[in-house]
Amino acid sequence: MRNSRNGLMAIIFMLVLSLGTAPGAWAQDSQLQRFQNLEGTIDIAGGTAHIPVMKDAAEQIMKANPKIRLTVAGGGSGVGVQKVGEGLVNIGNTGRALTPAEVAKYGLKTFPFAVDGVAVAVNPKNPVGALTSQQVRDIFAGKIKNWQEVGGTSAPIHLFTRDEASGTRETFWKKLLKKGPIDAKANIVASNGAMKMALAQDPQAIGYLGIGFVDQKVKGIKLDGAEPTQENAKNGSYPVTRLLYMNTKGEPQPLVKAFIDYIKGPEGAKIIQKHGFIPTSK
Amino acid sequence: MLIQGQASSPRTAETVLQAHWRHLDRRQSGIKGLLLGATILSCGSVLAILGFLSYFALPIFSEGHLAEILSWEWRPFQGKFGILPMAVGSLSLAVTAMGVAYPLGLGICGFAHGLGPRCLKGPLMGLINFMTSIPTVIYGFVSVIFLVPLVRGAFPESTGYSWLTAALTLSLMILPTIVLLVHAQLQQVDARVRLASAALGFSPAQTLLWVMRPLAFRGLWAAAVLGFSRALGDTIIALMVAGNAPQVPNSLLDSIRTLTSHIALVVATDSTSQAYQSIFASGLILFGVSIAVNLTLRRLQSRAALPATGRHD
Repeated sequence: MRNSRNGLMAIIFMLVLSLGTAPGAWAQDSQLQRFQNLEGTIDIAGGTAHIPVMKDAAEQIMKANPKIRLTVAGGGSGVGVQKVGEGLVNIGNTGRALTPAEVAKYGLKTFPFAVDGVAVAVNPKNPVGALTSQQVRDIFAGKIKNWQEVGGTSAPIHLFTRDEASGTRETFWKKLLKKGPIDAKANIVASNGAMKMALAQDPQAIGYLGIGFVDQKVKGIKLDGAEPTQENAKNGSYPVTRLLYMNTKGEPQPLVKAFIDYIKGPEGAKIIQKHGFIPTSK
Repeated sequence: MLIQGQASSPRTAETVLQAHWRHLDRRQSGIKGLLLGATILSCGSVLAILGFLSYFALPIFSEGHLAEILSWEWRPFQGKFGILPMAVGSLSLAVTAMGVAYPLGLGICGFAHGLGPRCLKGPLMGLINFMTSIPTVIYGFVSVIFLVPLVRGAFPESTGYSWLTAALTLSLMILPTIVLLVHAQLQQVDARVRLASAALGFSPAQTLLWVMRPLAFRGLWAAAVLGFSRALGDTIIALMVAGNAPQVPNSLLDSIRTLTSHIALVVATDSTSQAYQSIFASGLILFGVSIAVNLTLRRLQSRAALPATGRHD
């Protein structure tokens, strides 16, 4: 009896305490304060690399102000442009810069917020751990066909590349292949996740994916001596990098503007870093 | 029963009957209207799809890109937008998947209708029914995990993502469609004819081959049309396991891209590009092939129907 009453008292005490502190904590957080007098919905779609960052930020904002609703969907960079251009979403994400045609057609405004690196990767069982840019170019062009030619065991190389709409592919193709050819026989997978799965399964495979996706299941290849890590991408010693963008149709509305400022601010930078990217503000 | 029961009331049997018929009439016309509405809606949607496809494909014709799109090389970054390899890919995949699934489906139906032990019929059909409820993406996913490494292990030069892998997975996906259609048709003729043919001394195999098969020919055609259309229209299995390389395959172990996966892969590109236009051409080709297959088989069916009905009616 006494125990349960004590317990009840404790709960009430905690409730009172939380009531007292929550608004205070909220008011102190200057980053979330910008949403204080705003309400409405922000719909976000497009690039898949962006999703973890967007979701995390959305959660923080909705927790701080329940009057604001955020939805986050994928689809890829191309879908992001189309949806925001047609006015179906407020923010369309892309993992590549907009083309002049896209800007002209829809009147888009673009906001880069993070740097992402693209790593060449193989199966962890593959003894090859380092390649030169030229070797990578020859492998993807189909000139080098066997792992033996680059210091591995004698086995045919299995090429994996990404679809035409992929921002990752575009970065890899422009920055590393220097717009060189990719063998038409190369398998094409439709997402970073599918690429990771293909590489993790096949000891003869080679492909490329966002640095954030590299873990013990796939091995990032040292490129011209540079380890594919976010640190190296940040300090410039690893060259295959890209920017992640948010795009709006014309000038953003106050609520959308607040969201973009939040992502580009110090709180957003923390979220961006937490998910393995480098904030542009740093 | 109903009429007898009500005839004992003061009203005459005739008025009761008339009321009953009026009621039936009303109900029937209601049902007719509903069905007509459903028919118009579904035909209308198909026509609308064709209309939209044609409208969006129009720039290809008006801007004179047709020859470029109907060519053999897909290299969008070098200005080559040929989708014919994908058309070949779609057809090869659908035909091979049917080549595996159709005989297999007929075999399963034969097994369930007299060739196999009776006690296995229930579980077998239960399993087939269950297969229809598995989402296609599950077939694809399981195939990526089990079949792809298996094919790669057997043929080291192949990545495992190949025409062969996709054809096998796809055949499993369309198998229930084929089996259930043929099975339904066999079931319809089953009861009447089985006894008679057994009484005439036919073995189960003879019954199936010479009595049931001709009677169930409609189901056989329908299964072929629907199975092929499903194989042709599938996207996710081809996308997940066929490898998607835009090339005309030289062997079953080559990576291929179907028109459907092509649409899925390209739909997310810059919508102002010529690559984007090619997906509407792909859609039109798929639509055209699908209609052509339907019409051809329908024609074959009606031709086959003539002697068959002559014999059996």
